[in-house]
Amino acid sequence: MGRFHRLPEGGVEVHDHGSVSDAPTSGRGAVGDHSAYASTGPARVEVLEQILGENEATAAANRQDFETLGVRVLNVMSSPGAGKTTLLCRAFEHLPPRLRVGVIEGDIETAIDADRLAATGVPVALINTSKGFGGECHLDATMVRSVLGELPLAELDLVVVENVGNLVCPAEFDVGEHARMMVYSITEGEEKPLKYPVMFRAAEVVAVNKIDLLPHLDFDLGQFQANLRDVNPSAQVMLTSARTGEGLDGLCRWLESVASGG
Amino acid sequence: MHELSICAAIARIVADNAAGRTVTRVTLDVGALRQVVPDTLAHAWGVAVMGTSLEGSILDVNHIPAVIECSRCGASTAIEVPVFRCPCGSTDTTVSSGRELMVRSLELEAA
Repeated sequence: MGRFHRLPEGGVEVHDHGSVSDAPTSGRGAVGDHSAYASTGPARVEVLEQILGENEATAAANRQDFETLGVRVLNVMSSPGAGKTTLLCRAFEHLPPRLRVGVIEGDIETAIDADRLAATGVPVALINTSKGFGGECHLDATMVRSVLGELPLAELDLVVVENVGNLVCPAEFDVGEHARMMVYSITEGEEKPLKYPVMFRAAEVVAVNKIDLLPHLDFDLGQFQANLRDVNPSAQVMLTSARTGEGLDGLCRWLESVASGG
Repeated sequence: MHELSICAAIARIVADNAAGRTVTRVTLDVGALRQVVPDTLAHAWGVAVMGTSLEGSILDVNHIPAVIECSRCGASTAIEVPVFRCPCGSTDTTVSSGRELMVRSLELEAA
């Protein structure tokens, strides 16, 4: 890792350290010496605050509200175009009617996916991150909290949060969910678990989607599964095709188990 | 690109802890399993603090390596690549470091 030198307006310096205990110390004030607030000399003040602590507190509040209302929440993540929306539409049509499902749809722009999901008959709350959330490429707990009033939560068993299509950022932000699923399509290449390990580790279920394309591609399913096991040995793999319906029974059984708190 | 929202969160924590004094340096602990790109973080920090009392402050990043602990043999192993398998062959491991994302300390200018 290189070293970044001082920039004229704010900057960054990067160091490699073997462990936390290698954190730099300064001769200009003792770590944790809060008397520095009152002194006039330069000082080093220990902070030790989690950067995403505010998001995690909001996520915990969301989860508490979901539990109070008796609804379970699934966070669904994927790269753009992996087929999240189509797979969810097919699954909602396939689920037994007694299971009451709602959706929180996250997209940077447009209501296209929200409209498609609503056409299956489920209530949908839309978050466009371009409107008031800086065009963020992920959902966070505050965004999800801002739309909770738009869903009849007390009447639902399961809320599916369809995150913004992105293999990096969504994995870092807890939104208050109880389970996480990834949709991965076989057009993306076998190496993706190794390139995006945080995302692939975050999911308990990986739906390997567009599996109907297998005869037409050079995709090596065994290699993909080996790469996934290296990164996330406990992930459950489901082979799915929204087009042919393959794997929908298993996916729907799993959605029911999430809804029942399993 | 979530570095900007991370910088906004850092700036809130720093402002709360600086008690009105000028901040010269902010030191973070960032684990190898966090998806934070240092030069993107640098650029985002410049943008996030522009026109604020934190403009001109340095962001200092301590990189914390990813370490797994094996539930079978008990070994601790630093991993360079995202393969969460103990040298003994077991994949029954837990991550003991590498998930850090924390503001460790501030340096404040003489008042």
